[in-house]
Amino acid sequence: MASFSTNEIKPGMKVLLDGDPCAIVDNEYVKPGKGQAFNRIKLRNLMNGRVWERTFKSGDSLEAADVLETDMSYLYTDGEFWHFMKTDGSFEQFPADKAAMSDALDWLKEEESYVVTLFNGNPINVMPPNFVELEVVETDPGIKGDTAQGGSKPATLSSGAVVKVPLFVNIGDVLRVDTRTREYQNRVR
Amino acid sequence: MSASWRPTASLELLRQRASLLNCIRAFFAQRQVLEVETPLLSQATVTDLHLDSMVVELHDSKRRFLQTSPEFAMKRLLAAGSGPIYQICKAFRRDEAGQRHNPEFTMLEWYRPGFDDRQLMAEVEALVCTCAEQHGDGLSDWAVSGFERISYRDLFQSRLDIDPFAASDQQLIDLARQQTASDHLALSRDDALNLLMAVVIEPTLQAPVFVIDFPASQASLAATELTDDGHRVARRFELFIRGMEIANGYLELTDAQEQARRFAADNQRREQSGLPVQPVDEFLLAALASGLPDCAGVALGFDRLLMLISDRQRIAEVISFDDNNA
Repeated sequence: MASFSTNEIKPGMKVLLDGDPCAIVDNEYVKPGKGQAFNRIKLRNLMNGRVWERTFKSGDSLEAADVLETDMSYLYTDGEFWHFMKTDGSFEQFPADKAAMSDALDWLKEEESYVVTLFNGNPINVMPPNFVELEVVETDPGIKGDTAQGGSKPATLSSGAVVKVPLFVNIGDVLRVDTRTREYQNRVR
Repeated sequence: MSASWRPTASLELLRQRASLLNCIRAFFAQRQVLEVETPLLSQATVTDLHLDSMVVELHDSKRRFLQTSPEFAMKRLLAAGSGPIYQICKAFRRDEAGQRHNPEFTMLEWYRPGFDDRQLMAEVEALVCTCAEQHGDGLSDWAVSGFERISYRDLFQSRLDIDPFAASDQQLIDLARQQTASDHLALSRDDALNLLMAVVIEPTLQAPVFVIDFPASQASLAATELTDDGHRVARRFELFIRGMEIANGYLELTDAQEQARRFAADNQRREQSGLPVQPVDEFLLAALASGLPDCAGVALGFDRLLMLISDRQRIAEVISFDDNNA
């Protein structure tokens, strides 16, 4: 496997640390005028999202991690795994376990495209698109005519996510939601 | 290449840079310190374990080193009877690039025959305050209270509760690893001290402070002396402001034999570490042998002084083009 010297490590690169794949967040060069140079490297562990900071001697190297981000569409779940398929025409399928699904579980929709991070060929993280369109399956009845500001209520979407929506929203409406902030954007139909 | 052709510093900053140069030249003119220029390319270079010089080919069989500082040539001028001298020049260091480092940078270096390190610290303080004052920065507030002086030992004791002289190698290495959450690091005693200094202590040194009485193992080109409690310390000082190393000075070593011994010891350690053994500067040794006046000297990072005065965090913001678009 290739490796990167601390001198060439840049944010975004993927390396192995203690066996886990990590994304470089920051690489700060520190050198006392007359002393050994060091690099303080901040990394995000891709397995658990935790941010680590480690110090290396300048010129040391870190092993590159075989990490690949690929677009895949969601197929189905069997209760234990969530199955995705590459969208490049290869029809190759990958099962993601619950740990990998933590960011995406609330926003699942069949045939929607997700960014799946593969480490040594296995999904370790699934990112939903920034916006998804989902149907409302449960909410208090809508108040006719109230299309302006004022008031909100919870609504459960087909994916299971509960978001705050304006009072006029009804069961069966399809909403556009920002998956990063969980905010309602608009009613699609 | 995604780097832009445009300068990395604003034009306003470049005007400030020119003004700071003028300020420094006026400061030394008033004190009758002579401005000199010495070659950037030389036949020999530093042996320092942690300074890597760049090599330039003049033609097939002729190589020269780009200076890492003008120290050796300036000492030869002093030995030749120049009297007090200063220089503002480029220095070059291999593999040094980062937020506060650029492989080529501007250094202000000066020497004062007849001064000791204490006197020179006072002059460094006067220079920094004068420059800050003329550029309307809050730094000038410090001129009133004066820059603090703290010994290397007191600093480690107050910040880390460890005695850098009495602690064992293993204690220092363990502490450095623990403080940086980096168990894997292979460190020597001095590496551990340097790491603790750079990563833990330096960021806390916000108000201007001179750190003095370094361990003799970090003497470099400074004279050493025994303290009352029997530790050998270097007559070396470093100025820190806003968590950044600004200047490094010495009561200069004048003993040619001791200098030759340190060069040889450095080269031996270089060999052990798999680093190239460097040609020793025989001209410097000859100059020392003929007699270097007792003097103190200091190198100050000009770019960093400008970063302070203009309140910038990155060296790229105070130089016209940084390494990425030079």
